[in-house]
Amino acid sequence: MELPEPCGPVSRQVAEALRTEDRERCHVVLPDEPVLTDRDVQLGLWMLYELSYRGFDDVDPVAEWDPAVVRIRRVLERKFEQELRQATRTRLAEAPEGDDVADQLLALVRREDGPKLASYLRREATLEEMRDYLRERSVQQLRESDPQSFLLPRLEGAAKVALAELQYDEYGAGRPERLHQTLYAEALAGAGLDDRYGAYVREISGTSLASVNVMSLFALNRRWLAAGLGHFAAFEASSALPSRRVASGIERLGLPVAVAAYFHEHVEADAVHEQVAARDVCGAYVAAHPDQRETVLFGAACHLHLEALSGAELLARWAPDQRAEVAS
Amino acid sequence: MSAEVRVRACPDGPVLVRGADTVVDEQGTAHPVTRPVVAVCVCGLTSRAPWCDGTHQVATRAAQGSVRADE
Repeated sequence: MELPEPCGPVSRQVAEALRTEDRERCHVVLPDEPVLTDRDVQLGLWMLYELSYRGFDDVDPVAEWDPAVVRIRRVLERKFEQELRQATRTRLAEAPEGDDVADQLLALVRREDGPKLASYLRREATLEEMRDYLRERSVQQLRESDPQSFLLPRLEGAAKVALAELQYDEYGAGRPERLHQTLYAEALAGAGLDDRYGAYVREISGTSLASVNVMSLFALNRRWLAAGLGHFAAFEASSALPSRRVASGIERLGLPVAVAAYFHEHVEADAVHEQVAARDVCGAYVAAHPDQRETVLFGAACHLHLEALSGAELLARWAPDQRAEVAS
Repeated sequence: MSAEVRVRACPDGPVLVRGADTVVDEQGTAHPVTRPVVAVCVCGLTSRAPWCDGTHQVATRAAQGSVRADE
């Protein structure tokens, strides 16, 4: 993959820093406006994070740890973190009290009463809207579970064992053809879309990019380990039922079996994973690190916030007049 | 699969089963286990018996009056 074309001043400054050999002089100037769903800023951050995943054919791998690049990344991350804190404050203030962090986390997920994206996809979405949805999620799903692999070496004991068990399942449980990333690529191809890694990074929204970047923020910074675990558990816990609805929408539209297959797999897999991630991963981690409970819940709230923004954004794009009428 | 089978109930959720080769449903049909841990439905609402499909969440929320149960 080559470095994508920038889409504004921030991603342009990032791209320049990655391409030049004289990085020491590079810097980035952020807008005063919020950056949480800003496509330009989020694309810039995505480029920086991608250096730690599969990188770019036209960027020297040395750039990943170049001090100037790390400094630019910190400038972007600091503002991203502040806005995530701000955006999740109300959700966290309303989080149910309790001794069991898994019960708290699952209750946070169940309290969500946001836009009904999956129900719309199930009952009303047109073929183009379904393809739009698959495209928006493609950057995230084509490297599904990779961010969480960065969490493993930072864990110990029961939480590590439980996360490894989940990752083994996500990575196909010993069968390359069941690798979830591959299943998503097959779903894209089945829907007539480009299945190459990062193919749509220039087309997806700032919100979709932020949903990808928040995982990397938590995965690549050890200080956010607990948030990464909470984010992962909330992600898994809000997947099984929506996946069933999306699969049924895909079948209603008559798309090939491979497209729905990805979502069918996630109904069963994530019904398991939500329990293991919340109880065995987060539960075991907080039992050993009681001071990290709030950070686990913060990570969960970040996922819920971005998921709600994304749902509202897509419904407003497709059906601005009937958002309120889509049943739960 | 390992010789030891471990089973654990989740509050308001499924039963997690580790180490099993098959799960036999009420009709006597054996369903092969293809993942390291499986969630077996205990609320009876799943559309993918014997596996949990997350519908218990809707049942719980419907009981609390916040959503319709027909999803």
